[in-house]
Order: sequence, then structure tokens, then C-alpha cells
Amino acid sequence: MNIGVFVCHCGSNIAGTVDTEQVAAAARRFPDVAFATDTMYACSEPGQAGIIQAIHEYGLDGIVVASCTPRMHEATFRKTLERAGINKYLFEMANIREHVSWIGKDKKANTNKATDLVQMAVAKLRNNSELHAGEFEINKRVMVIGGGVAGIQAALDCADGGLQVILVERESTIGGKMAKLDKTFPTVDCSSCILGPRMVDVAQHPNITLYAMSEVESVNGFVGNFDVSIRKKATYVDWDACTGCGQCMEKCPSKKAEDRFNEGVGTTTAINIPFPQAIPKKAVIDPQACIMLTKGKCGACAKLCPTQAIRFEQRDELVQEQVGAIIAATGYDLFDHTLYGEYGGGRYPDVITSIQYERLLSASGPTGGHIKRPSDGKEPRNIVFIQCVGSRDPSVNRPYCSGFCCMYTAKQAILTKDHIPDSQSYVFYMDIRSPGKLYDEFTRRAMEEYGARYIRGRVSTIQPRNGHYVVKGADTIMGSQVEIDADLVVLAVGAEAAKGAGALAEKLRISYDGYGFFMEGHPKLKPVETNTAGVYLAGSCQGPKDIPASVAQGSAAASKVQALFSKDKLASDPQVSGVAMQRCVGCGKCESTCPFGAIEMTEFRGMPKASVVETVCQGCGVCAVTCPQGAIQLQHFTDNQILAEVNALCPY
Amino acid sequence: MPVLEGKELRIVGFLCNWCSYGGADTAGVGRFAQPTDLRIIKLPCTGRVNPLFVVRAFLNGADGVLVSGCHPGDCHYTAGNYYARRRLEVLRELLDVMGINPERFHYTWVSASEGQKWKQVVSDFTARIHALGPAATFTGCPAVTGQIGAAVEIGGIGETGETGMKAAG
Repeated sequence: MNIGVFVCHCGSNIAGTVDTEQVAAAARRFPDVAFATDTMYACSEPGQAGIIQAIHEYGLDGIVVASCTPRMHEATFRKTLERAGINKYLFEMANIREHVSWIGKDKKANTNKATDLVQMAVAKLRNNSELHAGEFEINKRVMVIGGGVAGIQAALDCADGGLQVILVERESTIGGKMAKLDKTFPTVDCSSCILGPRMVDVAQHPNITLYAMSEVESVNGFVGNFDVSIRKKATYVDWDACTGCGQCMEKCPSKKAEDRFNEGVGTTTAINIPFPQAIPKKAVIDPQACIMLTKGKCGACAKLCPTQAIRFEQRDELVQEQVGAIIAATGYDLFDHTLYGEYGGGRYPDVITSIQYERLLSASGPTGGHIKRPSDGKEPRNIVFIQCVGSRDPSVNRPYCSGFCCMYTAKQAILTKDHIPDSQSYVFYMDIRSPGKLYDEFTRRAMEEYGARYIRGRVSTIQPRNGHYVVKGADTIMGSQVEIDADLVVLAVGAEAAKGAGALAEKLRISYDGYGFFMEGHPKLKPVETNTAGVYLAGSCQGPKDIPASVAQGSAAASKVQALFSKDKLASDPQVSGVAMQRCVGCGKCESTCPFGAIEMTEFRGMPKASVVETVCQGCGVCAVTCPQGAIQLQHFTDNQILAEVNALCPY
Repeated sequence: MPVLEGKELRIVGFLCNWCSYGGADTAGVGRFAQPTDLRIIKLPCTGRVNPLFVVRAFLNGADGVLVSGCHPGDCHYTAGNYYARRRLEVLRELLDVMGINPERFHYTWVSASEGQKWKQVVSDFTARIHALGPAATFTGCPAVTGQIGAAVEIGGIGETGETGMKAAG
């Protein structure tokens, strides 16, 4: 092999603390190295041209670049090799920037370490072989999981681009959290007025198939060829027949069902359409509250339904779909404030969450848009808002900022004044975080125009007294104790990962962080990708986000899918496992350990043999360690390649 | 920043591509100064770490071997680090039998965002290896060649006397 070594200065990033010339000189003494030089910026256009020129001039058939992390520029240099006409897997990188020059200032030790890393790379490269990517067909359909505003945007963008979209929503209607909001900041637009038309677009779009009251049961396959099983939960109503007239709701005698859409403010009927603009506008029976389903008698809705749509015998149903890409847009849930004993822990009826308050403000809510205290239905005068309930608080394992609570609290303070002109709002806050466009102006308006009194400090206790609540806290700017007699307390609860997010992540084989939010491919440069090819993220499932950011991510994820589907065939990664038939004894251990089910047992001349399904193999190498014969090897990370690195490093 | 002024020991790191290698990159981007002894071998997953790679490194003269991957539950390949954890736990039990001080071996989990933790892992492990000093060499069977250095370590008189099992990070 004729190996060329290029040691990059990266300006002074590397050359400042590594003697690159000396590293290149040392590299010339390594076996098979035919050419070695230092170069100013290997990744720059002249840098790459230099590599190509050296390949032609010295007949090089393998390249080592010692520069930054391969996570940064491995793909760049592999393309350079392709342009020079040699196989792109005859390439290795030595990471002498992140792992050497940036973590130590001792030039001698750094130069020594950089030389070792180059030697290891050369040793591995000598064992590399040419690898060639295969091609496979892709199924140009996309599944969007979650019908909140991010999922709606992603689905519409994909569908408008001509793709077939399957939208899966857990609840009986799409709309998500945004559909529950009264108004949006900072424009104070009516939330359902701006979301409603988008929801109708979803229902009417010829390219969108909507599965409401459905959850993803299982996901198999790989980018371009996912097999998805969707569980359509029993609604006890034939949705093909249901017209959404709502007559069943009027006559249903069970009126104590949990009202999930109104966040538990009031109750609803056992058969229910969550709200007038619901998409699909279909009735669903709550099996816990329905008298027919719990006690076996009643059936008032069935007698009344003009289209005979009621089906008490309905059961869950599994539907199979094939898609090529998946967008997860499963959103968030709100923090359970009952963990805060000092705020009553859920025992005080007039201490409510911000989203419950949102339902009280909404004209389509249970109070018709009149702010009424849950305890006695009276209009409150003094309203206290407490910020950061379940945000920025390590004591409840929520050290992160939810990002939108400062803004929605300002909006709620403004709307309170609009609804009750002689009311007074108090806001206990830690900091006001309003970095969006027109956001800071908006919070100032809440204070200056609408007279909301902002108090910087935490609330220590809330105590009921004579039908009121005494809110005690600290004003850390004045350095004094504050005591406010409140009629209603609104807790600005923070965001947390949606229930079941972890289980879904495992089905999708994507990572999630310690709080259950899905991990993006790169925190800066891959905000909507995941580390699983063909799976993308949109909205708050990745971390708390406000509406504009969720919409932007929905569109971004859709554009990633469009780019993926712009090709008719995808290249498979050749860094997968392969079986040496002669060595394989057919024990099947690799088949049972593979996390992806990528190994099948086949027969060859009457003997059982393992065989790798290359499109399913993800290249982890678990099988290679399991094999007692060394018969299955991960290409590009074979035992010989890894041991060559070990031997180069520890030579005796 | 060598722990012993002017003297490095040979420490081999087997890191998974997705979490710990990224964590080491993050530490570099953050300019978190670390001892220079460690040399990293990048693998797709800790599930690719054959325990025999670790043994080979020790037999070839490594003074310490560090394996680091994604936190349990975070594996890019869903389960590779669970396989690694089982294999490496068994390996650690066996090192003593092979005449290798288990203190010289450590496995841990560092995510791609935990640059500060990576610095700590490298610094602590390097300090531990420097406290143990250079490993005795293995050149043939000590019973035959009668090499005292190797015999001490294998015979359990020297370092093996202090083989406390430390829980992995």
C-alpha cells in the first residue's frame, strides 16, 4: 500500500501546540507511508487539491489526514478521495485537534501524542479494504406522529410537496395544545381562529390519511422502508357513519366524565366531541364513564343517533402501513404541580394551572369565556400568577427553562384585564425571559399598559383564609416580605416530555435525554434529524418550544423528508457486518444478540449459516464480539483493524 | 498537563462513536485541559468492544485501559452498551486471574454533551494509573522466564493485594 499522510495546521488551532512538521517527518518512517506532509488547512479547497495532486503524483492508494474530529470532516475527505478516483473507505483520520491540541499546552507531549494517533491511523488503514455501497428502493410515504401544530405543519408541507402522508394522533382530534389556548402571544390572535383552517386543510387534503385515536404500536425496518403497525383504539362509534351532529351528547345521562380537552375544568358527557372545531369531528365514548359499557344498560345514544353509528362491541384494531420516513411530533405534557406542597399540592380548588386558566378565558371553554373561580363561580378580583412551577427547579428534577411560560403569563395578565377591567394581576417571577420577536415589548405592555404588578421572587406558601388565599413570598428587589390576598392563583406550569415518549423513542430507535425529550442529531447543526436515518423530529418532543419555533421545525422536518425522497434510490452504508461462510458454524448466537433482527439463519449445503440483511444492519458490531468463531466481522471495524491500532499503540 | 512531569504512561481508550467520542470532542471544543497519556480508539459502539481487545492491550504493555460509551438507555444501537456492560463486568472479574490488576481497567458512560464529565473521567483515571505506576511487562510465562516484575504482579504480592472493586461511573 502507498499511504499518504497529511498533517493539518488548522491555522494555529493545531500548529499552535503541535509541531506538525515533526509529526509529518515521523510519519514518513511508518510502514507503507510513501508521502507525508503538513498542510495549512486540509479541508480548504487548496488543501483538498493538494491531497488529490499527491494521490496522482505519488500513486497513493490510502490517505490519512491528521486534523479535526472525523465527526466534522470525515465525509469531506472521503469525497476528496472519490474525486481522486480511489475508494473512499481507504481513508482514516487522526483527531489531533479536539483530542490533542485543544486539551493540552505541552507542545512536546502533544507532538508525541499526535504522532501516536497518526501511527494508529496508518496501522488501521493498512488493514482497510475497499467497500462499495449498495442501492435500495425507497417508499415515498411519510408518517407524522402527533397532530399538534408542529405535526400539522409537517404533514401539510409534505402533502403539498406531493408526498402521501399518514398522520397518527393519540387523541380523538388533532390540534394538540394550541387548540386549547384562547389567544396566542405576542399578537393576541385567537388561537383556534388561526389553527382551525390548518386543521381543516389536514382533513381535506387528498394526500393526508388521518388516524385519530390511534397510537404507533411497532416500527420495523429502516430508512426508506419502515413497516409500521398502528393501533386504532376503540371509539365505540363507527366514524364512517358519525356525522358529528352532537345529538348524542345532549341526551347522554352520564355527565361526570373527565373533560380532557378542558383540562379537568368541569366535566363532560361519556359520549363526547371534544370541541366544536374538532378534526375529525366525530364522537367518542369514554368506556370508564359510559353506563352501557360499565353497567350494561342505557344505550340512550344508540337509540337517538340518526345514523345508527354507535358500536358498543367495537374493539381496538391494528392497521399496517409502509412508509419511507417518520416525523415524530409528539409534543409535551405539563408539569404536575401537585409536587409543590407549598402551593397546596392540588388541594385548593382556586389554585389552578395556566392551561386550566386558558380554558376559563376561552369563549368555547366550560365557562363561555367568563373568568369564574372553580370553587364558587365568582369573578375574581386579585389574581396571582406564579412563574417557574416545574421550570428551573432542580429540587423537582426540572432544572431547564420551559421557555414560553414568561410569555403566556404576560398574555394571561393582559387578557385578565380585558375580561375584568377592575382586576389586579400580580406576577411572581425569577427572571423574565422574552427573547423572541416583539416578545419583550409584549411583557412590558403587560406591566406598563395593563398594570400587572411584577414581583421578583418566589412564593413560599399559599394559605386559604375566609374563601381567599394568602400568598406569601419574597420581593428580592425590595428585599421585603410580600403578602397578597388572592381570589385566584394561576401556576405557570412548565413543560415536560409527553407521557410515553420514552416508549415511543424505543420503538423508533432514537435517543432521548434524561427528561424524556428526544435527542436531535446535533444540537446546533442537525436540529430536526435524529441519529436514526429516516426519523425526524418537530416541535416540543425535542424540548419545550413556543408555537413559531414548533411550526418552523415542522416545516424543517418536512423539507428534510422532501430532500430524502428527492432520490429514487438510497445508497446503503457498506460499514455493515459480513459472514465468512467457511468459518460460520451456524450456532445462531449472532442472530439472537442482534438488536435489529438483521441476521437470518439460512442453509448452505445442508448446514445452518448466518446471513446478514445488509439494509437492516446498522453496523454496531455486537454480533462480531458474540461470534465464537470470528466468522462474522463488522466491515471497516474488523478485529484485525482494531487490533492493528492496539498493536501500534502498545507495540510489545 | 502530564500527571507526572515529563513522564507519560500508556493508556488506551475504546470509545463509542456516538456518545463518548463526541463527549471527548466536546471537551476539546470547550478547551478542557486534560492529561495527555490517553490514546483513543474509535469504535461504532461499546458493543463492538471484544474483551479480548482489552486483554490484548494489557498483554502488549498498556498501563491502563478505559472503555466509555453511551449511558444505559441512550445507546445509538438501542442495546449495544448493555451487552458491553455484561461483557466488561465479567472481564473485570477475570483480570485478576490473568495477572492484571483490575484497578488498571475502567469502564464508564459519558454522553456527547458531557465534556466536563469526560475531562473528569480522563483526569481521574490517569491519576489512578499514575498512582499504580507502570505495569509490569508480560514477555512469556513468568513461571518459565522467571521475570520478577511480572511474577510480582501475577503472584498477588504487589498490586493485586489492593484490588478493590470500584463501581463503574
